Amino acid sequence: MARIIVVTSGKGGVGKTTTSASISTGLARRGHKTVVIDFDVGLRNLDLIMNCERRVVYDFVNVIQGDATLNQALIRDKRVESLYILPASQTREKEALTKDGVEAVINELSETFDYIVCDSPAGIEHGAQMALYYADEAIVVTNPEVSSVRDSDRILGILQSKSRRAEMGQDPVKEHLLLTRYDPIRVEKGEMLSVGDVEEILAIPLLGVIPESQVVLNASNQGTPVILEDESDAGQAYDDAVARLLGEEREHRFMTAQKKGFFARMFKG
Amino acid sequence: MSFLDYFRSKKTTSANVAKERLQIIVAHERGQRDQPDYLPQLQAELLAVIRKYVQIDDDMVQVEVDRNDSCSVLELNVTLPEHSHSH
Ligand SMILES: Nc1ncnc2c1ncn2[C@@H]1O[C@H](COP(=O)(O)OP(=O)(O)OP(=O)(O)O)[C@@H](O)[C@H]1O
Ligand SMILES: [Mg+2]
Repeated sequence: MARIIVVTSGKGGVGKTTTSASISTGLARRGHKTVVIDFDVGLRNLDLIMNCERRVVYDFVNVIQGDATLNQALIRDKRVESLYILPASQTREKEALTKDGVEAVINELSETFDYIVCDSPAGIEHGAQMALYYADEAIVVTNPEVSSVRDSDRILGILQSKSRRAEMGQDPVKEHLLLTRYDPIRVEKGEMLSVGDVEEILAIPLLGVIPESQVVLNASNQGTPVILEDESDAGQAYDDAVARLLGEEREHRFMTAQKKGFFARMFKG
Repeated sequence: MSFLDYFRSKKTTSANVAKERLQIIVAHERGQRDQPDYLPQLQAELLAVIRKYVQIDDDMVQVEVDRNDSCSVLELNVTLPEHSHSH
């Protein structure tokens, strides 16, 4: 039985795809057989971030509609063993995802995978609801900014009322807050909501804080999930988050402004 | 808390404003979330009935259901304009 994790946010452009790529890569790197599914039908992007855009032949919708088998559609990652990508369709509409169709695919994947990571589209409509429906856990990606926090709260409401677990009266979806694009310097200046502020408002456990980092753009330019940039702050922060997801205790990092000392400035530039 | 923080906490930063606004709107939206589906209709009809007697604005009637363990309470709040006369 696979563990199903949805990466969701409500608001667009907050870092869901960046997070899905890194979390799935991190899980696979730790030896868990992992598949990451792009639910953003019509706007596929995960393939670019994972550097497999030229290897896409069949997609999620093809499998749902019986035009291809899962094995034909799954793309095996070239860097990390036991990591697979199921790309979204670029030509269809989100309505092509049906509850029964998604369930059939997830059930088949569950037989062989340890983790199924679902990269949700933005919004709270059909596509986002399909991505979260079968989830056991939810990573709620939030930026320290008013509209993102509000939308995260709305997505939490949907997880608590419209997921399969909610409808069946089972244990609720396990919720995790992932605060991304965090800028400790602006927080210290009082220009940005702090981790504590967002935790207090959303009232769900903190999985991690990913700092605002130029490395993210560089990594996406090259199609490298940023978690593979082992030296970078964002990469390390994602690695911590994966460890915590697996139950490890890790102290939170990158939450305070690094004041560079004289020597650090001399040697690091 | 550092010396600097002490002075900083005195002034309202934009982050503080953001937090306060969020707390209010999120609490409000959470309240709406668990409300029964018939509530908007009920609110509209109540408004229509009250308007037969007093002229009031749309937002002057607040209807809410409060659920406790043992019972639910339908809370109705009607704010009348300052010089309201019946006709
Ligand atoms: N920690 C970060 N630091 C800097 N930039 C980031 C960070 N995280 C994400 N970004 C940038 O934010 C942009 C949006 O990221 P991403 O595509 O992952 O968001 P998304 O939530 O999947 O968007 P959509 O809702 O459109 O699917 C990208 O340009 C990405 O490089
Ligand atoms: Mg995306």
